[in-house]
Amino acid sequence: MASGIRDRVAIIGMGCTRFGERWNESPDDLMVEAFTEAIADAGIEKKDIQAAWFASCFDEANVGKSALPLSMALRLPNIAITRVENFCASGTEAFRGAVYAVASGAYDIVLAQGVEKLKDIGYGGLPEFSSAMGLTNALWFPNVTAPGSFAMLASSYAAKYGLDMQDIKRAMAHISVKSHANGALNPKAHLRKPVTEEQVLASPMIAYPLGLFDCCGVSDGSACAIVTTPEIAKSLGKKDIVSVKALQLSLSNGSEIAYGWDGAHFVTTTKASKDAYAEAGIKNPREEISMIEVHDCFSITELVTMEDLHISERGKGPKDVLDGFYDAAGKVPCQIDGGLKCFGHPIGASGLRMIYEMYLQLLGRAGQRQLKDPKFGLTHNLGGLPVMNVCSISILGRYEG
Amino acid sequence: MGGIVSFGGYVPRYRITRMNIVQNMAWYFPVIMAVAGGEKAVANWDEDAVSMAVAAGWNCMAGRDRKKIDSVYLASTTLPFADRLNAGIVAAALNVPENGTMHADFGACIKAGTTAMIAGLEAIASGKRGNVLVAASDLRRTKMATMLEMFYGDGAAAVLLGNKDVAAEFIDSYSISCDFIDHYKGYGKEFDYNWEERWVRDEGYGKIIPEAIRAFLKKTNLTIGDFAKIIYPCYFTGTHKQIAKELGIEPARLQSNLHDGIGDTGTAHPLLMLVDALEDAKPGDKILLASFGQGCDVLGFAVTDKITALKASHGIRAAVRQKVDIGSYQKFIKFRDLIEADLGIRGEANPNTSLTVLWRKHKMILGMEGAKCKKCSTVQFPAQPICANPDCGSMEFEPYEFADKAGDIAMFTGDLLSPSVDPPAVYGMVEFKGGGRTMLDFTDCNLNQLKVGMKVRMSFRRRYTDSMRGFTGYFWKAVPQVQDGEV
Repeated sequence: MASGIRDRVAIIGMGCTRFGERWNESPDDLMVEAFTEAIADAGIEKKDIQAAWFASCFDEANVGKSALPLSMALRLPNIAITRVENFCASGTEAFRGAVYAVASGAYDIVLAQGVEKLKDIGYGGLPEFSSAMGLTNALWFPNVTAPGSFAMLASSYAAKYGLDMQDIKRAMAHISVKSHANGALNPKAHLRKPVTEEQVLASPMIAYPLGLFDCCGVSDGSACAIVTTPEIAKSLGKKDIVSVKALQLSLSNGSEIAYGWDGAHFVTTTKASKDAYAEAGIKNPREEISMIEVHDCFSITELVTMEDLHISERGKGPKDVLDGFYDAAGKVPCQIDGGLKCFGHPIGASGLRMIYEMYLQLLGRAGQRQLKDPKFGLTHNLGGLPVMNVCSISILGRYEG
Repeated sequence: MGGIVSFGGYVPRYRITRMNIVQNMAWYFPVIMAVAGGEKAVANWDEDAVSMAVAAGWNCMAGRDRKKIDSVYLASTTLPFADRLNAGIVAAALNVPENGTMHADFGACIKAGTTAMIAGLEAIASGKRGNVLVAASDLRRTKMATMLEMFYGDGAAAVLLGNKDVAAEFIDSYSISCDFIDHYKGYGKEFDYNWEERWVRDEGYGKIIPEAIRAFLKKTNLTIGDFAKIIYPCYFTGTHKQIAKELGIEPARLQSNLHDGIGDTGTAHPLLMLVDALEDAKPGDKILLASFGQGCDVLGFAVTDKITALKASHGIRAAVRQKVDIGSYQKFIKFRDLIEADLGIRGEANPNTSLTVLWRKHKMILGMEGAKCKKCSTVQFPAQPICANPDCGSMEFEPYEFADKAGDIAMFTGDLLSPSVDPPAVYGMVEFKGGGRTMLDFTDCNLNQLKVGMKVRMSFRRRYTDSMRGFTGYFWKAVPQVQDGEV
């Protein structure tokens, strides 16, 4: 078995813009804003960056194709840059490219950056993407939207565990209330108003059974990371070093849609998280993981994901959620920065934003929302639709070399 | 002698009461109050003449070998394509073989359905064709607050013509062809234009139909009394009865014009009335069928004992019973695209249909053909290059038809964000009886009634219309069965 990348790559600097309706900024402005923070944090110069990985998802409504937008916005010194796109896992995918490039020894210092400017399309929610799934799908596949495709999980989850939809709705509402409470403490979050369970349950329907407050914010934003080897990090004078413990990616192979899936769990998350724990040397995630940022595009996604991450038992996710297990004061705080729900979800930036929060927490720099002595932080993205998706997982911790 | 081997009808799920139209539009044209009785069939927003013809064709061919059809004749005045064989779409949806078949569209006149039948029967009598499926279907848009809005309904009917196991033997036909214009639709015009009602009634229906029937009787040496059922369309209820009186047809033998429940379905109507009649015809009955439109076709049939073997489900009665009142007049006119409502920016997406892809996948898209693995027998939709069973890995498949399979809802939602003429867009995953599962749009359903595990059946529907380029895309949707076994 491959040895993995545990403790082979360190993060020396990160940056993240305020997420939100950034009407007055262009994608270039946002990239520069996040990068300025990251390079100052890293304490290096632009010429020290040898390569970059760039993530952006909705290119036609955003920055356009290729990796040129990053190179040109930051005026990078004619280095190698690769653009990656893997739906909502795009940001973590850029991070993976950068980390693997360092781990391989190909480069010493590499940048991973993601950006998405969603508020320039003229309407709420994500851009229409039926044609993004290919010419054949355009002829037959339902015109699913993101909320609709995830909402279906609630129906099959309820059927599988014999639950009343109202019971699930209550657990889902708790998830949103918790994320709003967390987001309210985060100056960079998009949505910063606490909400009550009653407000969530009374919100207008978007896609049955998901109401407006079951859906995450659609935001503009950019986030980035500068990575290197732990040795170089030390040579740069870094004391507390945040290192990458695991990076796993799992993609649907078509079996969920075509063959024998219960619709109440994510096949890819179940696998990617198992592999990530093995890579990071984690035996009991429920005990060892200190905090998680999951792909809470919709409250139902977060609910189901807790089970796929092997933290809640199958069918017990709603109970853990309602017991406050994932609250800020709970055993494993989830979305301590507000999550996609309140921090916002500029697709290409989201994975890096989650890593940014883990980085801040591990360095004790998370301000009002700082957790007590976190050891391992896990981030999770889910791109595409539940019936065919891309799942990325990262685990971060303090370097133990 | 050839004749009708099987039959099927299709009436869409929705009805609108004529009183509803009156309540909404009589302020503008009070005369419609005079015909406020009953209701009419209204096609769903995702239906058109082609999709309804497919539904009637499937009903007609249920339990029969569609591979034996050698021609599909489609009659309609409201075909979605002016230059693309519409009958070919129907044939593909029925998975009729491509080689050795010759399909044709009949149109431009509301007696085109009976003309197609005569053409089919003559082809069979000549020995050139063995099994001809004739489908007639119409979805006529009408301007608001018109008599036509009150009269016209939507529907389709189909008959399988052949010379084996004939349930209604063809006796003969007689036609009048004349350029009598009661109504017309000019090239490029959206709506029918019609002339004074009294003239249409008295000089049109009232004269031409009796004249043709009399000539038919003379030609065949039969009397009107020889026929157990006499069928002719005429949406003027009084004139319909008056013609019967004039020809000496007792009320019991006069087939209902279906005006109260469905309305006049244009080209489909003579066939729809015929299907209605065949549903309770008895061996030995003689049936006379006449149409109207720039003349009149008259056909005679003699019902054989094979009629008893045809299941009752082949007709339209079940569809007539299982109706849902559309309730809202505004919904009806939106379904017919008579008012402009905002679909949102998301609804502006207008990708050009790749004709290359459509041809490569036409068995999948139009015929809902999937695949069955030759190694592990797993059935799958769409067909995959490598077996969907992850433990199999086979690349050898045989075609497998899904359109006739029932399924269960595995997961679903009602999506208010997705652009839809009838929000919420309801879709989900369907698990098929006998294996296979896929994501599908649902139609003809009420979100509040849906449950995981509920039965569905497949229905060929309009999936999108590309108004920029005039293209209509079709695919199969799932129709939830609120009660087990219900159509």
